[in-house]
Amino acid sequence: MCGIAGIIHLDGPGDIGREITQMLQSMKHRGPDSAGYALYGEPSEMLVMRFKLADPNDSQDFDFSERLERSRREVESRLSKIGANVDRVQSESAYAYRATFRYEGELKPLADYVENIPGCEVLSLGHSLEIVKDLGDARTVSDTYKLDDFRGTHGIGHVRMATESDVDIAGAHPYWAYPFSDVAVVHNGQLTNYHQWRRRLERSGHRFQSECDSEIIAVYLAERLAAGMSLDSAMKESLDDLDGVFTYLVVTEDSLGMAKDEMAAKPLVLHEGENMVALASEESAIRAILPQEIDSYDPYEREVMVWSR
Amino acid sequence: MVAVTAGERGVRYDIRGLAEPDAVAPKIAKIDGDTAGFDAADLSPRQINLELRRLVYGEGIREVTIDNPGAKHSIAVGILTCCRIRINGSLGYFGCGLVDGPEIHITGRVGWSVAENMMSGVVVIDKNAGSLTGAAIRGGDLVIRGHVGARTGIDQKGGTIIVGGNAGATTGFMMQRGRQIICGDAGGGLGDSMYDGSIYVAGKVASLGVDCVEAEMTPADDELIDRKFRIYGMDRPDTFRKFTCGRKLWNYDNLEPSERKLVL
Repeated sequence: MCGIAGIIHLDGPGDIGREITQMLQSMKHRGPDSAGYALYGEPSEMLVMRFKLADPNDSQDFDFSERLERSRREVESRLSKIGANVDRVQSESAYAYRATFRYEGELKPLADYVENIPGCEVLSLGHSLEIVKDLGDARTVSDTYKLDDFRGTHGIGHVRMATESDVDIAGAHPYWAYPFSDVAVVHNGQLTNYHQWRRRLERSGHRFQSECDSEIIAVYLAERLAAGMSLDSAMKESLDDLDGVFTYLVVTEDSLGMAKDEMAAKPLVLHEGENMVALASEESAIRAILPQEIDSYDPYEREVMVWSR
Repeated sequence: MVAVTAGERGVRYDIRGLAEPDAVAPKIAKIDGDTAGFDAADLSPRQINLELRRLVYGEGIREVTIDNPGAKHSIAVGILTCCRIRINGSLGYFGCGLVDGPEIHITGRVGWSVAENMMSGVVVIDKNAGSLTGAAIRGGDLVIRGHVGARTGIDQKGGTIIVGGNAGATTGFMMQRGRQIICGDAGGGLGDSMYDGSIYVAGKVASLGVDCVEAEMTPADDELIDRKFRIYGMDRPDTFRKFTCGRKLWNYDNLEPSERKLVL
């Protein structure tokens, strides 16, 4: 089933961490397996990289913590080696980290180099995007990663009921559009031409971290954005290229977008307020942050909408 | 002994998945003669439905007002008696399903599958509705003054669905009887695989579904639309076109190959 939610403040930053947590928590019944966030804070000159060095399902044997510590030092040294000026690397949970650094070069070699460390996955990389995802419901994840204090302009979130792949962090949404900075996707649905697209995209050099069909959308959009296409037209093209049922949300540095398949098979409720736009799989999620009576509607089939802050 | 597990927000489920098996009606409604009203803001869907049932079945109330439904799911389901219910606000999914008899007025918006399998009665929604609106209804009037999502009246077996705005894709999919009156535009695949019944559309039709054809409007059709619009105080567009089943897929007399083998 899965539940997705998105919010964009059109008049400056808001408490998006707390808001998306409330939205996701009210849709817990749609997916209790994992929860994930893609949040946009104040853009900074430094790059923010969220990464994990192990999975909660990994067996935590006797030298687990030492191995993690070694890997963490290895990440730092590799960042320095490739020319990044590391500001700091903070530990966010037992296995997830947040690094900030200055770096002028290409992002793909850097991300590839860091991910080459065993067990390492780069969850997000960008000047304002931060992806946080873990097992458990939104409240648990938000408390672990202290997201209630996160302020920003826009973000998306996802609660997952795993149908197409394992319950682990790699299978949790959102997906970063690797290696395109500051783009992330959440998806509700099933894609039936996953393997064709995965083979196509792998041939053109993209990497896949999971077996989850939704990862295709992020990489698909990344390829088109990298080729200079606008977000709007890349999303419109995806309606013909992707088979199956889907409603997905995508966020970039300054925009939030939604797209729906031609059967309108998956739900999405949309509320366009004066200063903010909120979307979710269920209206009750929007009501979690806007308790008053609001106007809302379901976007139609093959609809693509983009809002910019 | 019933196995009960505690879920989110302390909601408990029994072994069959029934939510809150030990819930009781909160008895908070203010009763005034044969009318009553209560605030649903702090109640769970099951508590709201238990309170509503207590009022219309137990207390013989004829008119109930529910405030602050907060887009909760499955509200006012399975009401099988004549009464009036006014819901001041919006409902989530599966609102007013399986009803037989009540007149329900919702001042907000509804989510997916409103009035699913309604047998008789009236459901009026002032704003928009989600997809699968009026799925498999058998009778009664379902009026949506705003827009509706996809697959409106899928598997409809009777009754009338009136939409003041636009309708999404495959409206009237596999419809078997009844009427749909759509004042705005209709999405692609209108009346796909419909068996019978009529769909009236005043706006543009993106495309017709398999075996759906345009038919001629008769004076009886016009009279029906006039009457329905008068009842609900709606403005009647002049541009209605009628769509029915082309009967190309009516193969009821032909035996399936396996059956043929048996007969011969």
